[in-house]
Amino acid sequence: MSIRIISALVLRYLFLYTRTPMRLVELVFWPLVDLVVWGNVTVFIQKNSNTEFGSFILFFLGAMILWDVLFRAQQGVAISFLEDVWTRNLLNVFVAPVRTVEYLSATFFVGFLRILITCVVMGFVSWIGYSFNIFQLHWWLVPFFLNLMVFGWSLGMISTALILRWGQAAESLAWAVPFFIQPVVAVFYRVEDMPAWSQPFAWLFPATPIFEGMREVMKTGTMNWSHLWLAAGLNVIYLTLAGWLFVWVLNMTRKRGLLTKFATQ
Amino acid sequence: MTFPSSPAKIAARMSTTDTREIILEARELTREFEGVKALDRFSFKLHRGEVLGLLGANGAGKTTAMNCLLGLTLPTSGDLFAFGLPLQANRIQILQRSNFSSAYTALPGNLLVWQNLLVFARIYGVPNPKKKIAELMELLEISHLDKRVTGQLSAGESTRVNLCKAFLNDPELLMLDEPTASLDPDIADKVRKVVRKVQRERDIGILYTSHNMRDIEEVCDRVIFLHKGKIVCEGTPSDIVAQSSSDNLEDVFIKIARDGEILDEPKKDPAP
Ligand SMILES: Nc1ncnc2c1ncn2[C@@H]1O[C@H](COP(=O)(O)OP(=O)(O)OP(=O)(O)O)[C@@H](O)[C@H]1O
Ligand SMILES: [Mg+2]
Repeated sequence: MSIRIISALVLRYLFLYTRTPMRLVELVFWPLVDLVVWGNVTVFIQKNSNTEFGSFILFFLGAMILWDVLFRAQQGVAISFLEDVWTRNLLNVFVAPVRTVEYLSATFFVGFLRILITCVVMGFVSWIGYSFNIFQLHWWLVPFFLNLMVFGWSLGMISTALILRWGQAAESLAWAVPFFIQPVVAVFYRVEDMPAWSQPFAWLFPATPIFEGMREVMKTGTMNWSHLWLAAGLNVIYLTLAGWLFVWVLNMTRKRGLLTKFATQ
Repeated sequence: MTFPSSPAKIAARMSTTDTREIILEARELTREFEGVKALDRFSFKLHRGEVLGLLGANGAGKTTAMNCLLGLTLPTSGDLFAFGLPLQANRIQILQRSNFSSAYTALPGNLLVWQNLLVFARIYGVPNPKKKIAELMELLEISHLDKRVTGQLSAGESTRVNLCKAFLNDPELLMLDEPTASLDPDIADKVRKVVRKVQRERDIGILYTSHNMRDIEEVCDRVIFLHKGKIVCEGTPSDIVAQSSSDNLEDVFIKIARDGEILDEPKKDPAP
């Protein structure tokens, strides 16, 4: 694994952002729209209800910012890959001495940069506009951030594998992967508020203990360490499985001779 | 009797005529797609500093052969070697010493030309990339394009930018799939000349496909005709023309494409 190659690939995506600033707008615009909508809902409910419920509703803002971490990480991986498909560049990369793990690492890093931009903007605006300070999560923010980002990478690899397997027809599916799991990972509500039958499924995803933990920290200032361990453990499993799936699909594409059709279509 | 193409004869010819290092070799390369053989026990050797042309009608298996040799498509059976190493197990090392360009791939259209070249220079670990890029761009007469948006280049311009990418790592082995497709005669001529020049200077082994017989005659030291994945004949362009009693390579091509073999008797048995 070579840092030189990874940084070269990252550079390719960074050049892209300097060439097409619209992509930066997208990183900031939609999250801001969401934030304003939910922020206003929050203010409205806070004004019209007792204090306990009012602080409870603040969870929404925290959840939104953290959800974006997951979502942007997934997009960082999937969009970077699609970018090479769209520009017919995939073949150039595959005939260069680039290992699969180096390619994926570069997309992971792009995911990380995307999150940083989104989070900084969102954190700032929610603080100024709605006095919601994301840093009330203190150092818990670091493991939350890391776990959601890694889970986003796994989802990104799964999305990419879908595109490799089913071609560009699967593109829209790839965008939607995070939203398939959104209902069951307890982003905006507690696991115990979910229908009983669905609760066991919630704990199959590393995002669930993080969102549960976030609410706990905002309420009590601390959280159950076992939640963090669960998230980290599940993440290791997901990352391994998703990486394996990606490599498997890539090899299958090579075997079926579809890689080139795919890269030049 | 058709043209001499038995593997034994070919092997005899190749081993006696060329003593340079073999940098690329296929042994009995076969690739099937849904039961149809795109390549059928295709064997060949490419020597250092040699330009080998792959010829054949649409669908003959040229691109499939290149894709297998680049590790993009896995063979159904057969063995591939580059620089004496088995291909699959040494892919990264081999790709570091090789490069590829085709009319059908592109560098990211939304980046500037220099940005694209810099990215690939860094991927290949080119020392002093800026200088190298400037040198190559001058050689290919595209220095003025460096700040242009890659996607807005004309076919001829982008072909030369792709070639620039292909020369970045001073490859010892280069695969060019129809590099002159969609070029006007003038630019095609320039591209041929520059490929030949760089190839001679750096002693590069090139595997070259084209449907342009002019290309082949000017650039290739030796050619292989493929028909339905099988070798039908091989030799230097002038040998082949002489032996098939045709007027030129284009005639040979048409005969092979229509009948799958050269109908005329060879004038004489080729010297082994
Ligand atoms: N992924 C694939 N799936 C099914 N068939 C394929 C695939 N790739 C190639 N083929 C078939 O293999 C045969 C050889 O194709 P190939 O692209 O190698 O031809 P070619 O000699 O490069 O032709 P051209 O001159 O048109 O570029 C064709 O019949 C083609 O349809
Ligand atoms: Mg072809």
